[in-house]
Amino acid sequence: MTESSSSKLLNGGARHRPANGAKAARNGSVKSRCLFQQQKYLRPRGKNNHVARNGGMYKKPFVEYFEETPLLVAVLTYMGYGILTIFGYLRDFLRDWKIEKCHVAREREEQKDFVPLYQDFENFYTRNLYMRIRDNWNRPICSVPGAKMDLVERVTHDYNWTFEHTGKVIKDVINMGSYNYLGFAENTGACAAAAAEATQRYGAGVNSTRREMGNLDKHEELEVLVARFLGVEASMAFGMGFATNSMNIPALTGKGCLILSDELNHASLVLGARLSGSAIRVFKHNNMQSLEKLLRDAIVHGQPRTHRPWKKILILVEGIYSMEGSIVRLPEVIALKKKYKAYLYLDEAHSIGALGPGGKGVVDYFGLDPRDVDIMMGTFTKSFGAAGGYIGGKKELVDYLRTHSHSAVYATSMSPPVAQQIIASMKCIMGEDGTNLGRERLQQLSENTTYFRRRLHEMGFIIYGNEDSPVVPMMLYMPAKIGAFGREMLKRNIGTVVVGFPATPIIESRARFCISAAHTREMLDTALTAISEVGDLLQLKYSRQKTPSLEEDAYLESQD
Amino acid sequence: KMASGQQWVLVEMVQAFYEAPAYHLILEGILILWIVRLLFSKTYKLQERSDLTDKEKEELIEEWQPEPLVPQVSKDHPSLKYDVVSGPPSHKIIVNGKECINFASFNFLGLLDNERVKVCALASLQKYGVGTCGPRGFYGTFDVHLELEERLAKFMRTEEAIIYSYGFATIASAIPAYSKRGDIVFVDEAACFSIQKGLQASRSVIKYFKHNDMEDLERLLKEQEVEDQKNPRKARVTRRFIVVEGLYINTADVCPLPELVNLKYKYKVRIFLEESMSFGVLGEHGRGVTEHFDVNIDDIDLISANMENAVASIGGFCCGRSFVIDHQRLSGQGYCFSASLPPMLAAAAIEALNIMENDPDIFTILREKCRHVHKSLQGIPGLKVVGEPFAPALHLQLERSSGSRETDMKMLPQHLLVCFQCLDRQIAVTQARYLDKEEKFLPSPSIRVVVTIEQTEVEIEKAANCIREAALAILK
Repeated sequence: MTESSSSKLLNGGARHRPANGAKAARNGSVKSRCLFQQQKYLRPRGKNNHVARNGGMYKKPFVEYFEETPLLVAVLTYMGYGILTIFGYLRDFLRDWKIEKCHVAREREEQKDFVPLYQDFENFYTRNLYMRIRDNWNRPICSVPGAKMDLVERVTHDYNWTFEHTGKVIKDVINMGSYNYLGFAENTGACAAAAAEATQRYGAGVNSTRREMGNLDKHEELEVLVARFLGVEASMAFGMGFATNSMNIPALTGKGCLILSDELNHASLVLGARLSGSAIRVFKHNNMQSLEKLLRDAIVHGQPRTHRPWKKILILVEGIYSMEGSIVRLPEVIALKKKYKAYLYLDEAHSIGALGPGGKGVVDYFGLDPRDVDIMMGTFTKSFGAAGGYIGGKKELVDYLRTHSHSAVYATSMSPPVAQQIIASMKCIMGEDGTNLGRERLQQLSENTTYFRRRLHEMGFIIYGNEDSPVVPMMLYMPAKIGAFGREMLKRNIGTVVVGFPATPIIESRARFCISAAHTREMLDTALTAISEVGDLLQLKYSRQKTPSLEEDAYLESQD
Repeated sequence: KMASGQQWVLVEMVQAFYEAPAYHLILEGILILWIVRLLFSKTYKLQERSDLTDKEKEELIEEWQPEPLVPQVSKDHPSLKYDVVSGPPSHKIIVNGKECINFASFNFLGLLDNERVKVCALASLQKYGVGTCGPRGFYGTFDVHLELEERLAKFMRTEEAIIYSYGFATIASAIPAYSKRGDIVFVDEAACFSIQKGLQASRSVIKYFKHNDMEDLERLLKEQEVEDQKNPRKARVTRRFIVVEGLYINTADVCPLPELVNLKYKYKVRIFLEESMSFGVLGEHGRGVTEHFDVNIDDIDLISANMENAVASIGGFCCGRSFVIDHQRLSGQGYCFSASLPPMLAAAAIEALNIMENDPDIFTILREKCRHVHKSLQGIPGLKVVGEPFAPALHLQLERSSGSRETDMKMLPQHLLVCFQCLDRQIAVTQARYLDKEEKFLPSPSIRVVVTIEQTEVEIEKAANCIREAALAILK
């Protein structure tokens, strides 16, 4: 990989920057018998929102907003990066001449004549851009990552090169950053109690792999439950969400297979695809024309050079894209996959629990049949307040994974208290704990999402994504505003996530809010007031769309 | 004069044209036409030549039949049915309904069911809940994580440590964080699967040397030196690494670390050391293979280990100098893009470190047990013990390896039977499992025997006898 270290900066979702994406974009030429009659190809960031093109496939309107970047803002953003880069070079120069003190850790004297471990330019971005605003990430917390959290106060005396903990705690920060969609990040209540009991009985670890001596009854119980929850024949659970992708895709495809991957897919999917040894082609984000073009070409032309037909084609998509807030156009993907006999791998890391009337993810949201998705993958980290991931599907699939998954043979199995937390929270969502709490949480999350998104929109911010997605990216654009927004929000006791390049395209730096069912209306209002205040301060209200004033009135009333 | 001279040439040419035979002119005319044609014809392209009509495309699409997503797994596939452990996988373990003594889990120090560890994990659970709901960057860094990193660094006597939420992902993420396309990695043939995956993800040039064979390694290093002299410009930017395990999980023997360090300085190659089996096992204080050989830990560029064996929690860590380790905080994929370790598991690891620090005698006890087990397993007919006497996870392999893998593989069911018989007699041992097709160098089939400090002498004798009898009955 030639990408520098900095290219993975500001974590979040790494993406493929498609080598062949440009090709995929020119796809107006597919004719006649395509499943989706071609309209003029819409640039994903084109007009304000794309309402479903294939309206008939959707049971309810599918509305996603991607308001175009205002031209002036784009120019200013590039200028911002330009200035930062010039200053970066200047300071590197000063450091070289020992005029400025250099804080970067140094190579050992004994190894000075080794080939340098890092190329100097690799860390340019880290040294000169990221360092300035580093205090916005890795903020240590010292409580449950619930609706409110406590942060460890830290100060820096050397412009973020080192941090010192003051020993004080910033209490009751409203948490708009954790993926705690259903509010199961709790230290009290039924789930925590169940997990505590499991700790008492089993201990923390397992000390063996599933295949050897680490297949506990808890794991089997969990897998039966997950299968039932998803509505699939069988499932398998793994100890880490990231590894669920990176260690299982290689078991499913190999040489002679083709993987079609969304350009914004998460790093774990990219890694898994790469480790599989299959050919990888990338389609434009959530763009069905692009996907169909790739499918047609792949089948018609076969493998490059040999022209043998592909052994199989696997489409990799996510349910909710964590940096865009968009929801996959699943009905269309399924129609395509059926028409072209491809297989579908759906990563529901963010959508499981967070979408759908029963919390069963994006399949449930669209009212589709889970059997139409070949591989249902998801994580337990987010909505379930635990850790790990699962794969669900037909019994053949799961049987095959049990015998061929890298994770089952080589990785230590899931910690029993974690498994118990998932079992308890999942039962709660399904209403099998004998209460209505799960349903209420789902309801609350959906209400909170709609409310929060609408209010932000009304305030004049540019927000991205689907109107039903609890991941709400709000555009900041300029690099200096990344740091400023994060800090100003923390001053107002609100913890938010801000992300910039390379987790996002260079000019599309953004803040991201994750809505939780645990947020009360009051908390959201406090957050919204603060966001509006900071938005005025930093001039973030970029949107040029008119806001319907009627609705605003309605909300003003409901506030009283 | 010039002008008249030129004119003369022209006249001569016209003259020659008239005098030339007709066939000559025709031929030249054809050639000129041909050139014009070539100039204006479309460039030759393989793909476009087979311009398919939409109908043909449609037919092709109709015709194409993919392979099934996964091949059918036969119902009696040997690895389809897992042994089921009911209740905790501690010293006494219930496998498939039978209570056994555990000789299979990597619970070397018996910390899994340690009360102190459990109390700490519980206290942490009551404070933080279970999950972290985010990656380290986005409110997924807990004070417990920072404490654990500090403690690990202190324990290992290195500048810095970084924790991962999954043992497997640790070295698999660490290698590609440093070694990129074009770099060169020298790696032992017996390296475990997570190293192999890390190497694959790095897309570097990979050179395998024979297991623990320093001469073979030096041969490769020398070859590379010659190569470098040919192309010094490229050599200046090609990073080189040696990746070895402290105590190999696949062979239960130890790497010759002092010699490796010599080679490191001689050929200017960095050393990455994977210590999942040796951390908390080797050395007076359990610091692993560096302490075992009394090698300065700063001479090792990166040490990685998981906390799923001796520490009996979940996750892994890397440690070394800040110059090296800090880089992973932005470049370690499994660190950046994964949810962080549940705080209760970090708390359990901290308490395990406390126990290891307060009571270094446990390492001595463990070594004695290892020696005991190693000794008692000698002389079993048909089976040989593979591994060092101080290794806590030994392998029992066929005594006379037939030399051909196929024959060895046929013996696999026998291995399994041995395991089953032992289970029947209340000794839990397991076959070492690999993915045959995925391993670069598939280790020989073996039965894994794991030593923990909880095993009493009587139990060890019992286990040895049990394996002996089973081997006698099955392997003859």
